[in-house]
Amino acid sequence: MDMRPLPIETMHSDPKVAAQPARTKVTARDVNVFYGEKHALKSVNVDIPEKSVTAFIGPSGCGKSTFLRCINRMNDTVASARVTGLIEIDGQNIYDPKLDPVQLRARVGMVFQKPNPFPKSIYENIAYGPRIHGLFRTKAELDHIVESSLRKAGLFEEVKDRINDSGTGLSGGQQQRLCIARTIAINPEVILMDEPCSALDPIATARVEELISELRQNFTIIIVTHSMQQAARVSQQTAFFHLGNLVEVGSTSTMFTNPTDKRTQDYITGRFG
Amino acid sequence: MFSRTPREEVKVNMSGEHIVKSYEQELNLLDAKIGQMGGLAEQLVGESFDALESHNPRRAEATVASDATIDQLHREIEEQVVSMIARRQPMADDLRQIISVLKVAGELERIGDLAKNVAKRALAISGENHPKALLTGLRHMVDLASHQLKDVLDAFAARDVDRALAVWRHDEKLDAVYNSVFRELLTYMMEDPRNIGLCTHLLFVAKNFERIGDHTTNIAETVTFMARGAPPSGDRPKNDQTSSTLIGSS
Repeated sequence: MDMRPLPIETMHSDPKVAAQPARTKVTARDVNVFYGEKHALKSVNVDIPEKSVTAFIGPSGCGKSTFLRCINRMNDTVASARVTGLIEIDGQNIYDPKLDPVQLRARVGMVFQKPNPFPKSIYENIAYGPRIHGLFRTKAELDHIVESSLRKAGLFEEVKDRINDSGTGLSGGQQQRLCIARTIAINPEVILMDEPCSALDPIATARVEELISELRQNFTIIIVTHSMQQAARVSQQTAFFHLGNLVEVGSTSTMFTNPTDKRTQDYITGRFG
Repeated sequence: MFSRTPREEVKVNMSGEHIVKSYEQELNLLDAKIGQMGGLAEQLVGESFDALESHNPRRAEATVASDATIDQLHREIEEQVVSMIARRQPMADDLRQIISVLKVAGELERIGDLAKNVAKRALAISGENHPKALLTGLRHMVDLASHQLKDVLDAFAARDVDRALAVWRHDEKLDAVYNSVFRELLTYMMEDPRNIGLCTHLLFVAKNFERIGDHTTNIAETVTFMARGAPPSGDRPKNDQTSSTLIGSS
């Protein structure tokens, strides 16, 4: 079995960023996922560079979300799912039995397709994570975490006068940014996004995309998207999945102008039959 | 006037049809339009020199007029490309095809202009008596340029990188003939100042064919980019020495 990772070349428009070789944040080696009898993900090998955006694209059922959910062990919650192979974050095996999945999920945050704020105030939505993880000592510190998280998510100006109103009263786009603010409040290292814009209108989508490009200064972001234009706009690396295989991974500009594999070419040009 | 049928559309064997049929049709239409433009450009290049050679002002006028059709096709292609980029958000080989079509259309439009300029000069000197010997070198140039243009258009239609690269390399020959025509015309002017008017026109004609060759190599580079995702590597062989040639030097 070929265990070599597919090469990833990173392309940054900022020459200062480009000058530094990308450090690998997440490593996957021979990762397989079975749902009962179904072999959903087949021997995936990939290195995901830190502080950049990696997009997973592919047709429905190709395994991209399955792989995403391996990275914070969300598949643990699916009774029939079985994961084999090695996934490391900063060289640490995340499937190590000694590792607490709850602690792992504090390091690897997740944003879902449908905005899912808690039915609590905007403030409490953000404060929840820092509370359960004990990330502050004083009320002032918590206030600071809430405000800076909302600011980083580009939401503070819009909600500062109704911070105690319910989070579910916000618009869809604001709710999604609230969920992103909630994710970054516990200062994760990796943020997984599973089609974060598919329920949003184009303007709200643009806001979230702008936010993603700001967040990549500080976080490693992995995004699953059905919109190839979105992958092309926000990511530096793109990985194409098909029928459970990781077919091709490379710099986004190469993937969308001159992909190597015919399956990638057919999918991104809309020729899949 | 356009008796020659447009270049036959070569069916490109790509990775299958698009799910959206109208997209497929639009891409095919772009190729068909390049074929049509290319056929007209080839025709114009040949006819412009035929008009000059045969001292036929009417043929020259007809050639000048037919350049308008090439310009019209160029505008149509530009509009379609802009519209397709806006509506289809093309990717990968589609994106490369659309960008390449836009570039090739620009080159063909320039080739049309240069041929039109030859026809205008044919008109200007149609009354002059020019010795056959003077035209031999130019005939050689126009034959080479036409052949190169035909080859590169076939390479475009077939996405044939090898053929495009052959065109890219062979432009050197056209440069070599241009050098000798240049020297020949200089000599002729030195012999008798009354030849200067005619020879200056012929010098520009020669320069136009040399430029047509250069545009043809640009198309060859675009074909390579379209098919492979990268232009040819290395420098193109060139042999135009006229920029540094002086009267009396040998």
